[in-house]
Formats: sequence, structure tokens, C-alpha cells
Amino acid sequence: METAQDTIQTAEAKAETSTKTFKGTGSQALLNGLISEGVHTIFGYPGGAIMPIYDALYDYADKLTHILVRHEQGGIHAAQGFARTSGQVGVVFATSGPGATNLVTGLADAQIDSTPLVCITGQVFAHLLGTDAFQETDVINITTPVTKWNYQITDAKEIPEVLAKAFYIAKSGRPGPVLIDITKNAQLQLDEFPEYIKCNHIRSYRPKPKVRIEYVEQAAKLINEAKKPFVLFGQGVILGKAEAEFKTFIEKAGIPSAWTIMGEGAIPTTHPLNVGMLGMHGNYGPNVLTNECDVLIAIGMRFDDRVTGRLDKYAKQAKVIHLDIDPAEIDKNVKADVGVWGDCKETLPLLTNLVNESKHEDWLALFRDYNQQEIDQVITPELYPQGDEMTMGEVLRNINEICGGDAIIVTDVGQHQMVACRYAKFNNTRSNVTSGGLGTMGFGLPAAIGAKYGAPDKTVIAIIGDGGFQMTPQELGTIMQFGAEVKILILNNRFLGMVRQWQQLFHDKRYSFVNITSPDFVALAKAYYIEADKVDERANLRTALETMINHKGSYLLEVMVGRENNVFPMVPQGCSVSEIRLK
Amino acid sequence: MSTEDTIKYQPAKADYEGKQEYNIIVYAENRIGLLNRIAIIFSKRKINIESLNTSPSEIEGIHRFNIVITESYEVVRKLARQIEKQVEVLKVYFNTADEIIWQELALYKVSTDEIAEKVTVERLLRQYGASAVVIRKDYTVFAVTGHREETDSLVKALEPYELIEFVRSARVAIIKDSASFHEKLKEFEAFEPGEELVENEFLDKGEKIFTM
Repeated sequence: METAQDTIQTAEAKAETSTKTFKGTGSQALLNGLISEGVHTIFGYPGGAIMPIYDALYDYADKLTHILVRHEQGGIHAAQGFARTSGQVGVVFATSGPGATNLVTGLADAQIDSTPLVCITGQVFAHLLGTDAFQETDVINITTPVTKWNYQITDAKEIPEVLAKAFYIAKSGRPGPVLIDITKNAQLQLDEFPEYIKCNHIRSYRPKPKVRIEYVEQAAKLINEAKKPFVLFGQGVILGKAEAEFKTFIEKAGIPSAWTIMGEGAIPTTHPLNVGMLGMHGNYGPNVLTNECDVLIAIGMRFDDRVTGRLDKYAKQAKVIHLDIDPAEIDKNVKADVGVWGDCKETLPLLTNLVNESKHEDWLALFRDYNQQEIDQVITPELYPQGDEMTMGEVLRNINEICGGDAIIVTDVGQHQMVACRYAKFNNTRSNVTSGGLGTMGFGLPAAIGAKYGAPDKTVIAIIGDGGFQMTPQELGTIMQFGAEVKILILNNRFLGMVRQWQQLFHDKRYSFVNITSPDFVALAKAYYIEADKVDERANLRTALETMINHKGSYLLEVMVGRENNVFPMVPQGCSVSEIRLK
Repeated sequence: MSTEDTIKYQPAKADYEGKQEYNIIVYAENRIGLLNRIAIIFSKRKINIESLNTSPSEIEGIHRFNIVITESYEVVRKLARQIEKQVEVLKVYFNTADEIIWQELALYKVSTDEIAEKVTVERLLRQYGASAVVIRKDYTVFAVTGHREETDSLVKALEPYELIEFVRSARVAIIKDSASFHEKLKEFEAFEPGEELVENEFLDKGEKIFTM
């Protein structure tokens, strides 16, 4: 058991950077470990139970940048944004009790969207565990369902090994969030620590299998016999860093490919084989033709219900090939005729070798026909509206024209998210950051801060609704303090738009508590010393957007858009993808 | 589930839709919190665990869970994959009742006077293969191992003779058609798992696929 004696000793303990071992506190061992893992940015918030780590951090300012967020939820969403744009593990610090429980939403979001995170939470002294001590919560049990792995450390000796395991687990296989809960005594404990060794093997954990060529052969045979093959790709392609392998595969086999919102950007928007977005608000052709293809090739996606619509009427005519690194996903929602279990970085080149070169011109032409119908009936009116009210789509069109598809677009959740995913142009991978599986309102603003730290050379635009912005506006403080150059674009329709759309379409227009008022966003931004502007007529839109994007530093632009605009096409809940509505 | 059902042979077809009893065996690292991690996989889907045994396996540091649930093949298969996905789980097997040998242990505490006085009780115990674990002046504890029906019927039989206390263990089971787990463990400990480690459920479909 640790005593106050140790607290006094902490101040004296300096990290000795000897070649093999070092003497110091558990906190120092933790920070040394983070540095060994290549961490340079931490998003966090201090508190009582994590103070020894923050005390040690004081001496590491030259190696570790700590971004003080305004709420732990903001911290974890920022770490998610960082991980998504950088491809590295996001790191979060939070204290015990409320600090830790505030991470839960972000953990759930990262778990369902396979985002690699290592979260460090402080915990009360080990001898106080279970006593309902001040700021004690059972963090391990609260976070078990929403973490890939979690572990409580009560003895500093465990810190290097557990940290190494945490990083290995977070980023290998199907990535996910990991949480380490460290009791205060372990943070303070003086000890001699061995050299930090990265983990690359855990006997009970198999991040990916050895690829069986038999699966790949079966898949190739199906693809080669197919007349109307169709590829669905998800974030797995991006997480597997297999964008190039993926592109080579579809180009050789000539297969039209559609994306889930998590997979968007894995190939450029303008690629001739990129036929658009899947799912509830996806494109017309990809949804309808899912039920007409003969071979469906799902790559690194998990057949979420927002993608499949009614499952018993989903692609029943097709042979299904499912490539995934997580065997629990194969056959989970859609039965695969061939499951190719493995890392798509390895399986895709094997598959490319075995498939015949093909064009499928007639089949591709069908996608173009449907696309033309969608352009005429939905896309043109949205992007080039004739009425006085501005549409979200025309804002996106202007952004595309200004940025040319090179910006990172971070979205929140709701109508603006669907519009952004539908219309934003992406030239590069890791450019679309959105809360896909969990649909976390309030994700956008903090995630954009992290996204900027993950890709400092890119323009980062956070597109957020008036509802979602009001869930985490406190992170304006983080932007103010650290000067994160985030362009905040609020698309204000003075409604909780997506819920309102459903109420209009499916609940007899009974607008139950979706009428939301907003503060003066411009004044709010200015209160945080952030430049801001508001546009309520089309004539000023382009200039205002250009001013925002060209501004040196963070900027907030509020655009007033039509109140009751709906996002179409739409596959109503409980309907088949072929029942997609254009209006 | 009664012994009767166990005896009736119900082949576990892959397309079997109805619910039946499944025995899930989990090999996992002995680690705090893992029981919860496994249990919530069931509770998340509102599935009741009917019997749960966890105890050290023959390999030091590795625990073996035996879980009994009544569900359809599809549900159990998905559950097994979700459990196996947990970082500290090594391997999951699931079997129908006819594919395993299983036993439960039951303890019966009865008044020693009653047994001493009544010859029928003694006969009863012999008939059920009960063994005396403790014999004291005031009470005697008997143990019986067997299927649920057997231990249940002895409870019924003892009821007229002052059954003071009764307890039954969770089920333990052995898969009829299983290989040594030691061999598998060697594979796990190797850095590059060999192909044998992979149970090829996806490959099994090979025959059926090419009928386009």
C-alpha cells in the first residue's frame, strides 16, 4: 500500500534514461512507454486520481503535447478524429469517476467504428477500491462492453507490459478502443522498470489469420463467372491501409464499387468505378442494383442495417463474397457464400492475381442510367436550387469547388452528415471523419480538433448542424486555447432536421420537440475570440465560404438553410433497398 | 432439460432453426473481469445462461468455462464467434447435448437418524449410486453425479425422509469428438499460427457454391 511518503518522493524521482532500465514512478514509466510507442499528442483533462501522471507530464512538455479539452467526451472524440486522419492510435487521459464515465460515449463510438484508441484513466488508491471513495467508479465494468480490451493496474510493475499490450491490441486486427485504469498508488509507486518492449504477440489473441488460398480461389471463381458483379467497400479498406490494393483489384476486374460512409474516400469520388454511396440515404443505383447483381463482393464492411435495409429482401439473388478481418462479421447479418477471412491488404492482391481482366460495360451503364435519374430528380435540385432558400447540398458544392476535394470533412450526425457524405468530393483517403455506427451527435466539433492534429497540413472543415453543435460547443474553448485551425460550418435549419424529416414522413408531421432554438453562434464564437460570420442569402455564400477557408486560423460560419428540406433518396426503415424513394 | 431429451438424437444441422440446448466450452486466460466480458455477450442479447461452470483447465493459467443455453444454431454460432473474439479467449467450442458427455454433481444433506432408522433410504441411496461424503451424528451428506433427471429424482425420493439441504453444481462436459487442447495451445503460443488452428467453417461450403 502506498503512503504519503511516496508522494513526497515523486517530486525527487527523475526519469533516468539509462540504456536498459530506469528508476522512477509508475507515471514516468507510463509516459516513457507512450513516447516509445511514438505518441506525441494526448487529449486529456486532469483530476484528482490522475494527478501523479499530470505531475510527471509537466517534465515531458518537450516530447508530449497535451491538449486540454473542455470535457472528457470532447477529449475522446478529438482522439478519434486524430486516429482517423493520422492512422495512429489516439491517446486520451481522464481522471476517475466522472472523468472516466464521460469517456463512455466516445468509447462506444470508437468500438463500433473500429477506431484505435488507448485511454488512460486514473483510479482511486488500490486500498480504497470498493469503498465508494471520492470519485470512485467501477470503470472497468462500465467500459467492458464498449472496449476491445481493458485492464486495471494496481501495481506499477505492470505498467510497461500492459501499455505495450494496449497499443498492440488497439491497432492490430480489427482496431478498437482500449482502456487502462491505473490506481493512484501505482502512479506514485517508485520502482525500477525494465526497458520498454513493444508487444507483438498475445497467445490468446489472433489479430488476423493466415490467409487460406482456398477461400480466395473460390471467390475468384465466382467473380470470374459473374456477369453483374458489385463491390461494397467499407472502412476495412482504409484501416487495412489497402487503398492501393483495392483500386488495383476493382480496376482489373472492372467492377462497379459503392461505399459505406465509413469507407468513403478509400478511392477518389471521381474514380470511374466509384458508383456512390450505399444505404438509407445512399445513391439510387447502388441501392437498387444491390438486388440485381449476381455476385456481391463485400470488402471490410459489416452490413449495418442502415446499409442493408430489410435483410430478408437484401441481395437474395446474389452469391455473396465477404472479405473481412473479423470472423465474427462473416455470416453475421448477411450469409456469405464465400467468406474470405483475412487482412484485405493480403487477400486483395491474391484475389487480383486470380481474377480475369474485365470491363462489364453494360452493367456499369446501368449504374449510370440510375445515376442520371438521380441527378435529374434529386441531385441537381439540391446542388443548384431554384428557390430562395439555401440547401445544404449547394453549400457542399461550393466547398467542393473551393477545396477541389482535398479538404478533410468532419461531420456531426444528422441531415447535414448525410448531405456531406453524399456530395462531398474526396481525392484522398482518411479525409471523411464521421460518426458512422453510433451516430453520436456532438462528435463533429471535438473530432475536427483531433483531425487537425492528425493531419496538420490539411484544411479541416467541421460540418455540423445547429442541434449537434449545441451538444459539445464547449470545445470552442479548446480551439481558442490551442489555436487548432478548424473551419466550423454550421448548417442551421432551426430544427433537429433528421428527426423532423422522419416525423414528417412517418409520423404524420407531428413535430414533437424538434423545434430547436440556437444562440447567436457568431457572438458565441467571438466570445471565444474565434472569427465568425453568418450567411442568410445565397448572394453571399460563396464569398463567405472562401473567406472561411482562406482565413488563417479557426473560423466559424453559420449558414441558414431551408427549414424543411429533406434528404433524399431514402430507403425507409423496414423497406428493401430496391424500394428506395427519390422523393 | 431432461435426460430424455439428451438421449433422443437431434442432429445439429447448420440450417436448424429451432432452439435446442447447446453446451459452450470456452478456453480463456485466467483474468479478472473476463467472466463479466463473457457474460455480457449473452445478456446484451437477452439470452439467459442456464448453467455456468468456470474452473482451471488441465493447463496452468488457462480456465475452462462450461456454459449451457437453449438457443438456435445460428444464434449460438454468432455468440461463439463473439466470445472467441475477446482478446483473452483462446478457443470456443459449441455442441449439442448428443455430442458431449456431461455430468452434474449434487449434494444431499439428510438426517442421520432417518437413514439409520429407515432401511428404504439406504436402499434408495445405493440405487442412485450415492456416496457418503460426511457422516455425523446429526446429519449425513451424500453425493451423486449424473444428469439433471437423476439428481432431480433423488431429491423427490428423499423428500419424505427429511432432506435438510440440497445443492447442485453447474454442468461439466467433455466433447466426444475432441482432440487434445495441448496441441492447440502450442499453436497459440507460436507467433505464426498454422493453418490447423483455423477451423474451416467457411471452406466447408465449397461444394455448394458453384451452382450458378
